[in-house]
Amino acid sequence: MTVWFVPKDAAARSMGADGVASALLARGEEVVRTGSRGMLWLEPLVECASDRNGSRVGWSNVTVADVNEDRLDTDHPAYLGEVDLLTYLSRQQRWIYERVGIIDPLDPQDYQRHGGLAGLKAAMTMAPADVLDAVKTSGLRGRGGAGFPAGIKWQTVADQEPQPLRGQPLRATRHKFICVNADEGDSGTFADRMLMEGDPFCLLEGMAIAAYAVGADRGMIYLRSEYPDAMDALNAAIEVARAEGWLGESVLGSEFSFDVEIRLGAGSYVCGEETAMLESLEGRRGMVRAKPPLPAIKGLFGVPTVINNVLTIASVPGILARGAEAYAALGCERSRGTQVFQLAGNIAQGGIVEMAFGVSARELVEDFGGGTLSGRPLKAVQVGGPLGAYLPPSQLDVPMAYEALAEVGAMLGHGGVVVFDDSADMAEQARFAMEFCAEESCGKCTPCRIGAVRGVEVIDRLREGKDTETQTLLLRDLCDVMKQGSLCAMGGLTPNPVLSALDHFAEDFSR
Amino acid sequence: MISRSAFPQWNESEARARLTRVVREHDGPVLVCLQDVQNTYGCVSTAAVELIAELCNVSRADVTGVLTFYADLRTTPPPAIPVRLCAAEACQAVGGRTLAEAWRQACEDDDLLAVDTGVDEPIFCLGNCALGPAALVSGELMGRATVMSIKERVSEIRDGNGTTAGGDS
Repeated sequence: MTVWFVPKDAAARSMGADGVASALLARGEEVVRTGSRGMLWLEPLVECASDRNGSRVGWSNVTVADVNEDRLDTDHPAYLGEVDLLTYLSRQQRWIYERVGIIDPLDPQDYQRHGGLAGLKAAMTMAPADVLDAVKTSGLRGRGGAGFPAGIKWQTVADQEPQPLRGQPLRATRHKFICVNADEGDSGTFADRMLMEGDPFCLLEGMAIAAYAVGADRGMIYLRSEYPDAMDALNAAIEVARAEGWLGESVLGSEFSFDVEIRLGAGSYVCGEETAMLESLEGRRGMVRAKPPLPAIKGLFGVPTVINNVLTIASVPGILARGAEAYAALGCERSRGTQVFQLAGNIAQGGIVEMAFGVSARELVEDFGGGTLSGRPLKAVQVGGPLGAYLPPSQLDVPMAYEALAEVGAMLGHGGVVVFDDSADMAEQARFAMEFCAEESCGKCTPCRIGAVRGVEVIDRLREGKDTETQTLLLRDLCDVMKQGSLCAMGGLTPNPVLSALDHFAEDFSR
Repeated sequence: MISRSAFPQWNESEARARLTRVVREHDGPVLVCLQDVQNTYGCVSTAAVELIAELCNVSRADVTGVLTFYADLRTTPPPAIPVRLCAAEACQAVGGRTLAEAWRQACEDDDLLAVDTGVDEPIFCLGNCALGPAALVSGELMGRATVMSIKERVSEIRDGNGTTAGGDS
């Protein structure tokens, strides 16, 4: 019997996927709700196959009328043919995202049929130290932005003794934590969300592997409140994983026990910074903590804690299943493996592109993205979220890798690529960067709290054309203070978008 | 008619029972308590702050400090059909600023719309960055939002088919 696949991803739902699924069900069709394939401009992208494992053909931008009027056939103008063969997908190197858009996110059999759980099973036949070695060999680095080697962080936690939670007596149960940072606040990023909605077991499996490797017994996912669909998916996945014995007292029937809890954020960008996140998880204001002590030594509730981004943890099952060497073979220089790029903003073909490090921004924006949505000339690309630099078209050939981007004063961040056409006013964007920092600063350190407010004022004067030479100097000096003197990346990196706008688009500041 | 959101009145003993459970089940429970109160009653009252302080064994100042730090937490009831427009870069790149301006104008021209939707509390990123401008209408995500499409959605919710339109499988 024919099976229909309709994404349940929040982005697909925002374009009407629920209505299409209901219409198909009302006609008595079998419908599987999957994640999204990541070709977001085609949503709702509806697929059809002769059975659940058959090859799938698809239609883009499907409407309820398409279903009700029986128009989904090969003559339909939006007929895509076999979806796996579309170049947008076939050119990608999907590692983290191998199952997203294909499986039913909450079906444990579907997950295992597509290679799920192989990583955890492999890990648990190894000694924890060998798992740590595998993660080190893979070269995996943190995907949250800073790019710290995951294996080294894990080793630090593994080397600590478990501790009782802060405030509890010494004889209390001792713990270590695995904390997943799912506070994906950067504009232009949605890869964490789509993974959590489209393949939540992958994240849970990665957490279990991390816990096994470092000797942790508790997991926490700090999820931003703007992602209710991801929360539903994760909650449901945790229930299923417990029932399947993948989480809980005795993971896969072993002595090892590990369980996961979800905590929601409350609309604070700075809580994506790891120490502010810890404060928030402990129920307090999301104020940044000074380091040291490192969270790996004194983290959540004062106990040793691994803090990794969703994509870092989700890379791990594949590394254990397919081998650390296979992972390390991808990428360039010290940026190994794949990165999930997110094409966003004014782009014709926005979505998820998972490629080995080293692909150029131009390939992403032009070959995958198809240029701007408006059809107007491209003006700037912001890489790495609100704290990332604006690249002018002349810099688009830079390879997307930690080292190469740092050389041009940019950063990869969480892999967001936001495109602007020539109608963008880069002075306005620079002002927004300061405004955003002022709005979201936790207020703990002066350069960020005060500097951001002063930054808005200076840019306003600059745009009014008052004494521009002095104001430009003042702005550069202020950016220097924020960069050198802030406690965390919020104040420290806000100068990136501001200075890159000033350097590459000076004319926008004087009109 | 001024629309009100459908949240129950504050009920101390009911809240005490709920929050006692929350405190027992969570380490570091203050934020979780505040979120629970807001989900149940729509906002966080002074009475709720006192109760949370008592149950978590912290000062009222501590609870108020957490309450005022987080943009999500509110001390006044939400509008009946909250409309929030994404104000972050990816949506700016596809006319987010123009949409926000047009939406403010639409609310100025229509008092009932302004009361029902709370005009606009901007939000920074809804994770729908490839399909901007993004909007959140009564908790429901919209892509490629326009004043027209948001208004339509608000009307549907007003007319009572808000929960069934495009219903889930």
